[in-house]
Amino acid sequence: MIFGLPIISVAIWLPIIFGILVLATGGDKNAPLARAIAMVGSVLGFLVTIPLYTGFAHDTSQMQFVELHDWIARFNIHYHVGVDGISVLFILLTAFFTPIVVLAGWQVIEKRVAQYMAAFLIMSGVMIGVFAALDAILFYVFWEAMLIPMFLIIGIWGGQNRVYAAVKFFLYTLLGSLLMLVALIYLYNQSGGSFAILDFHKVAIPMTAQILIFIAFFFAFAVKVPMFPVHTWLPDAHVEAPTGGSVVLAAIMLKVGAYGFLRFSMPIVPDASHKLAGVMIALSLIAVVYIGLVALIQSDMKKLVAYSSISHMGFVTLGIFIFNAYGMEGALLQMISHGFVSGALFLCVGVLYDRMHSRNIADYGGVANTMPVFAAFFMLFAMANSGLPGTSGFVGEFTVILGAMKANFWYAFAAATTLVFGAAYTLWMYKRVIFGAVANTHVAELTDLTLREKTIMTILAATVLGMGLYPLPFSEIMHASVNDLLVHVAHSKLP
Amino acid sequence: MDMMTNLMPAAAEIFLLVMVCVILIADLMIRQSDRLVTYMLVQLTLLGCSLITVGTHENGVVHAFNNMFVDDLMSDVLKLLTYLAMSMMLVYSRQYLTVRGLFSGEFMALALFAMLGMMVMISANHFLTLYLGLELLSLSLYAMVALQRDSAIATEAAMKYFILGALASGLLLYGMSMLYGATGSLELGAVANAIQSGAADKSLLVFGLVFVVSGLAFKLGVVPFHMWVPDVYHGAPTAMTMLIGSAPKLAAFAFVVRILVEGLQPLVQHWSGMLIILAIASMGLGNITAIAQTNLKRMFAYSTISHMGFMLLGLLSGGIDGYGAAMFYTVVYVLMSLGAFGMIMLLSREGFEADTLNDFKGLNQRSPWLAFLMLLLMFSMAGVPPTVGFYAKFSVLNAVVQAGHIWLAVVAVMFSLIGAFYYLRIVKLMYFDTPESHTPITVGQDAALLLSINSLGVLLLGLLPGALMSVCAVAVQQSFLLP
Repeated sequence: MIFGLPIISVAIWLPIIFGILVLATGGDKNAPLARAIAMVGSVLGFLVTIPLYTGFAHDTSQMQFVELHDWIARFNIHYHVGVDGISVLFILLTAFFTPIVVLAGWQVIEKRVAQYMAAFLIMSGVMIGVFAALDAILFYVFWEAMLIPMFLIIGIWGGQNRVYAAVKFFLYTLLGSLLMLVALIYLYNQSGGSFAILDFHKVAIPMTAQILIFIAFFFAFAVKVPMFPVHTWLPDAHVEAPTGGSVVLAAIMLKVGAYGFLRFSMPIVPDASHKLAGVMIALSLIAVVYIGLVALIQSDMKKLVAYSSISHMGFVTLGIFIFNAYGMEGALLQMISHGFVSGALFLCVGVLYDRMHSRNIADYGGVANTMPVFAAFFMLFAMANSGLPGTSGFVGEFTVILGAMKANFWYAFAAATTLVFGAAYTLWMYKRVIFGAVANTHVAELTDLTLREKTIMTILAATVLGMGLYPLPFSEIMHASVNDLLVHVAHSKLP
Repeated sequence: MDMMTNLMPAAAEIFLLVMVCVILIADLMIRQSDRLVTYMLVQLTLLGCSLITVGTHENGVVHAFNNMFVDDLMSDVLKLLTYLAMSMMLVYSRQYLTVRGLFSGEFMALALFAMLGMMVMISANHFLTLYLGLELLSLSLYAMVALQRDSAIATEAAMKYFILGALASGLLLYGMSMLYGATGSLELGAVANAIQSGAADKSLLVFGLVFVVSGLAFKLGVVPFHMWVPDVYHGAPTAMTMLIGSAPKLAAFAFVVRILVEGLQPLVQHWSGMLIILAIASMGLGNITAIAQTNLKRMFAYSTISHMGFMLLGLLSGGIDGYGAAMFYTVVYVLMSLGAFGMIMLLSREGFEADTLNDFKGLNQRSPWLAFLMLLLMFSMAGVPPTVGFYAKFSVLNAVVQAGHIWLAVVAVMFSLIGAFYYLRIVKLMYFDTPESHTPITVGQDAALLLSINSLGVLLLGLLPGALMSVCAVAVQQSFLLP
């Protein structure tokens, strides 16, 4: 606690309260007020999370900033939140992106502004709740509640095929969640009536049950990551979501899946995780290589970035399931970096889309002539996406490949192909959109970035470069927790 | 004095009966334009009933009328909720009935008679009392469905309801008579003891049980005895649909629990197997068929079928957790159902029923607040947190897993997933589509306020569900003396 404030609760509930305030401004005639409140709320929401980083003790894997209150006494459910080295960065990442998303939708969103801003603020609070929850039911409540605003965001402000995408997104993720709920209830009964996630870590479970639980968790988390072959909702949702929705989806919502593997699957069912690691690695490598190739042939920029996200998240799950410190830290770094880079790329596509109302690569060409500043920023993010040293994209990928090399040469070999494919699809897209002669009159009429857009791009560019050149502040915070997790999963939990 | 102590547990019922007679007579002197007086009298009666029920509450289980009647915590809690549901139903339907010329003394008297039937069912401790309460409820409901005389569809619904309801009553009576033949008693406790002692003829018992369960399934409206539900829900005026879909479910819960848990507990392995089949069939058919509906009332009818199936899962799991979860589920369902039908009535106006899916198109553009309230109700019915519908599903699933039927829990969540689709479709229509009509929505202040409280209650109970859960668990624990 700092200044006597329960920081995590403030970080969760402040954006939600501001979201309700924004909703209260009512119709579109009060849109400027709604925007202003949303901006204040999101910036405050980010500022309150900073003490989580500055006050974080690096030398322990214990939960910090813990708050524990009774919630539903009948089932021994608590309002129990806290952070460790694994979750703290995601909370900051979530809070960091909220003002950016608010700013990105500042002028673009014209209809039902208050509802749009409120949905993002509420979702931000709920996602922080997902990362901070230490009680399984509290986690589940946040986890599911996250779906409602996202469903509305895609469905109301999305593109042509938005309804299909929204429903697909919702039902896909609900399928996984419901199976996870059954697993959580089973664990509750096994653990002697506790829903504390840390108690679940200690329960001895026989192998068959472990495998079934692993599968239930797999459905919940793999759908969110998304892993091959349950990834098909993502390109649909991304393409149809408004820019802000895409950014939040890519930067944060995909991370909750990988976070789930780290917080639930591995420590609760370590034996099943080891046993099924081969399958997970295979699925991850398929995502890295095959989805990378799929990205290559996309003609829609957003789809391309979406597939690139799946491919990069394949790296994350690969790093997690090779069970060594390099892999896991690499996976975490890759998640953070991918948050920044994919968020930035979606914003770049959004900048073009706002001007041309087309995401089709073929409609562009020679944008560098009319939007030089934009082209420079886009270049940086494209390089980061292909893992150029000096950008954040390099740090995570390199560490995961290092970890994979320790586990098995061929894992590393397959994973490393992404450096080729990733560069190929990103840079080829970049070349077709940005370089060359001005393709048509629409491109000729493009105007360069506004001050608002420049601000967003500058912040993100600084973060991407900063993390690429000096990743230590990001990695040192997670050491203790990652090592503890690895020690924990090395012990069998068979009875 | 002995007479008085005997009457005290039934004081609320007696008061209600007296008041219905008073209202019936008073209503004769009241002109149609002053019908609000009757309405206020009814609301006061409900208030009086709740005060009496609270005032005569005693700890433990009190029997009266030679053990034909029981007053325990579960009955008191369920009765209070019944009054609340009836009172809400009246507020929601006042305007709706007024514009359709149905806002009459008969409607309110029948509603109160139906409620008396529910109260008797809730407090019954004897096959005959149970049957009496059930018939009083059913006959009042048949008449209420038919109240709109010039509507062919309502008359048809009443006819179907009556014939199938009579058939179900027959089945139930037949089963009861066999149990009576086997055990020599009609009192629930004595029946249980007789079965426990092993003296009763087993095959006769099981035969009777089949009929009793069929009769109960009819009244609950679970597959394969569900045929009447969609037609009645669809055909009846929405106010009657709301009445049928809300408070009687509480009574039906009490009815089923009293018979199966109190009277036929020794046969648990027989009836829990039957309930598994009924539950799975109901969840399957209810959820899948609901997808194909274009009429909202029909959709909610199938959704009711699936919800009742889900509730049965709690019952068949047994123990405080199981029965408590089933009770919690029923209470939550009634709350959501009141809100959903309240919304249909609120959007209806003279000569227009807002009961098709298309009527909800673009509601967010016409009235963001109403759309938001409906969104909460739909997500709650789908069982998505942070609404209370999630905890209802959660507590039932917990009971099912505790009873060792993990596969059943998986089946249940898969059907819930299918169910989520059609609730989601309503949200989709409200938020993603453009309105078909731009007629301004005029709503009654009282009903709109109640709907807001109702829907926000669904959210608030979702944030803090602990108290209601505990009440349900303690109620069944005290009433059935469970460990």
